[in-house]
Amino acid sequence: MDGFLLLAFLFLAAGVVAVPIASRLGLGSVLGYLIAGIAISPLLQQLHVDVVSIQHFAEFGVVMMLFLVGLELEPRMLWSMRDKLLGLGGLQVAVTAAAIMGIAMLLGQPWSIALAVGLVLSLSSTAIVLQTLNEKGLMKCDGGQSSFSVLLFQDIAVIPMLAFIPLLALPELADMAVASAEHGGEGDHGSMSLVERLDGWQRALVTVGAIGLVVVGGSYLTRPVFRFIAIARLRELFTAFALLLVIGIALLMIVVGLSPALGTFLAGVVLANSEYRHELESDIDPFKGLLLGLFFITVGAAIRFDLLFANLGGVVAMTLGLIALKALILYALSRIFSITGADRWLFTLGLAQAGEFGFVLLSFTVASSVIPTALAQQLLLVVTLSMLLTPLLFIIYDKLIAPRFAATGSRQADEIEEQGSVIVAGHGRFGGIVNRILLSAGFKTVVLDYQSEQLEVLRKFGIKVYFGDAMRPDLLHAAGIGEAKMLVIAIDERESATELVRYVTENYPHVYIVVRALDRHHVYELWNAGARDIIREHFDSSLRAGRSALEALGVHPYDAERQVRGFVLNDREQMYQLASVFNPDIPAHENAEYVEKTKKFLERYEQAMRGTSAAFGSRLDRGWVPPSLDDVEAEEQAAESGQREDSDFKCQANGPGT
Amino acid sequence: MARLIVYYAHPGHKYSHVNKYMARAAGAVDGITFVDLYRDYPRFDIDVNVEQRRLVEHDVVLFQFPMFWYSTPSIIKEWEDLVLEHGFAYGAGGENLAGKQMMLAVTAAGPDDAYRHEGYQHYPIRTFLTPLEQTARLCKMHFPAPYVLYSSLKAPAAGLVEPHVDGYVRLLEAIRDDRYDFAAAERMNVVHFDTLPVGEEG
Repeated sequence: MDGFLLLAFLFLAAGVVAVPIASRLGLGSVLGYLIAGIAISPLLQQLHVDVVSIQHFAEFGVVMMLFLVGLELEPRMLWSMRDKLLGLGGLQVAVTAAAIMGIAMLLGQPWSIALAVGLVLSLSSTAIVLQTLNEKGLMKCDGGQSSFSVLLFQDIAVIPMLAFIPLLALPELADMAVASAEHGGEGDHGSMSLVERLDGWQRALVTVGAIGLVVVGGSYLTRPVFRFIAIARLRELFTAFALLLVIGIALLMIVVGLSPALGTFLAGVVLANSEYRHELESDIDPFKGLLLGLFFITVGAAIRFDLLFANLGGVVAMTLGLIALKALILYALSRIFSITGADRWLFTLGLAQAGEFGFVLLSFTVASSVIPTALAQQLLLVVTLSMLLTPLLFIIYDKLIAPRFAATGSRQADEIEEQGSVIVAGHGRFGGIVNRILLSAGFKTVVLDYQSEQLEVLRKFGIKVYFGDAMRPDLLHAAGIGEAKMLVIAIDERESATELVRYVTENYPHVYIVVRALDRHHVYELWNAGARDIIREHFDSSLRAGRSALEALGVHPYDAERQVRGFVLNDREQMYQLASVFNPDIPAHENAEYVEKTKKFLERYEQAMRGTSAAFGSRLDRGWVPPSLDDVEAEEQAAESGQREDSDFKCQANGPGT
Repeated sequence: MARLIVYYAHPGHKYSHVNKYMARAAGAVDGITFVDLYRDYPRFDIDVNVEQRRLVEHDVVLFQFPMFWYSTPSIIKEWEDLVLEHGFAYGAGGENLAGKQMMLAVTAAGPDDAYRHEGYQHYPIRTFLTPLEQTARLCKMHFPAPYVLYSSLKAPAAGLVEPHVDGYVRLLEAIRDDRYDFAAAERMNVVHFDTLPVGEEG
């Protein structure tokens, strides 16, 4: 236990110190974690920590990441990506593996080793690339989408590779390989399989069954379970269930010999349309972040510097050669698949490294006696070094390539990027109407509400709503506040609404806020919190009721309309004046200045009502009041005597009230 | 019997000296349709379908309003902009108003002699009404002489409100009963309460 706490402290401290510094320097979080890992690696060695097994555990972060990626992808979108997924991904793996195999054979390796090396190095790093793309907001552009297609294909391809690699080795060593793989821990792919002893058709059946279970369960079982959990109204239960879901699916996939990453990705896609999507997203996200961070740290910490320095030139040359070769192939593919402009370079540079699945495959090849240990250790260094260099490639893209294309305007990102949407917090009678109006005008909205009973009713009518408390920053983030144009706050709790305004105006100043106020004092509170578009809950309906009353009492409808408009203007002026003296810390009736000003207003109002002052409604009577008879005489005389001043014409011509 | 619709527009109805009495009297005439535009559409959301149906169902369309800045009160312009659609009132297939009468009943604050070239309004009142006249022409409608009261602000003191209102009622009833001589009216410049071309019964 003490050991665990010490390790946790060490890893967390390294991350907390290194990542902000790296971000500050513009290096990105991934490089920060990697450097942190390198920094603490001597300490870990002193403590005899098994970095590799921690790494296997941390690889689960990749599984979680794919779940989150799946949540962002609706089935329709996935289907539209199928060409890229199979064509681009398949070609990348096949061509790269073949090219590396050829080079290795030219260097004198036997074909079996060369092929294994080719397969290992053809993979890229899902963890680094997706994390970086997300961080930079490049996932939605063409280059990001293509990169993702390739990575997803690679993650799926790992499974057949694991099955294929032992065939390259001597059969009597196969048992050892299985034992070694099991030793790898939870994150290891292809271990623990229960289907190995089954026939082919049985295996296929089990596979189909497992995928079916994920799809059907995701579609039909999560909702009742969530509803069941919602009864307890405990936040951590949602988190627990989200984790349970992801881990459960990963386990199921491992048991049937499929990729856990693929399984959770699939579950994510199935749940992408669910009203609990944002809730799941915000629950899993921190775990994913921490595990990936841990994973990057272990990559840094696992570098064997003694081996590296023993053959520095060779390893560096191999690494650079590998990156150059992979980049070349990616560039060629991007031409074939007509990925253009900055996207082509993002794709080319982003995927040029070897990836974390390389670690898994390498240890597996060693255990299967396919690759000799000495070579495997060299390759391990190459994989690590190439991952270490990836953030630098992204920096090159950021600093040198993207600006060039942005300047020439040939970047196509705008075409694909989603337009900023509107988040509506609270879908009650108020938020519901706002949402309907926005939708009818063709705007995209994300509706958040935390009453699951109501959500299901709304879903039945085809209204897209998500379960979640808008007060939680993480959920707000998952709902896309970072990219949103506007937030409509229509939640019932007074204090919460004010808090939300304060939080969003401070952290997302670009988001325009429309907020409902419960009453006059709430308006002042919201104003103080930073809101500027504040709508009083019952104000407009009261105005309409007042207008109806006037009309029913025989006031001409147009006069009633103007009377009410005048009231609104007057009231607003009063609000502005009083807002300046309102103090949220002092109750209104104890605030002397506030009371004084209110009294003055009431006085003016009464005078106006008795007709002794023109204050109230003076604006109403400005229009269409005819000039007096004396004015008319004077003007006519002036006009006749030839003094044609503009003012004369105005009064005469306007001459209303006849 | 001609089917007559009166559109009345006065945003300052309660300050009116003449028009509100005319409106009250017109509203009391049997067998015609009376519409107070500012009452029906206090928020200017004119119902185009309703208005077009009204036009189709009437033979004579009469606008009653005070002259504001040599033109109509703003709601009449809004009404024209929305109701007189291409394909309904004019243009291809827009024959719905052809042959109908468009008539005006206006009050002007300036005296009779102001509305001439030497007067301070510089133009005759018909010049200020040409946008409506041409609107009628484009819609293939007739445009008989408008029913006019000059010096309207002085009318109460001069005792002219009552005769003008009475004349208005006679005018409306004559149109309703097909006793109004539109042919004669079309040849006139303006008509007053004492120059109405009203024929005998029938």
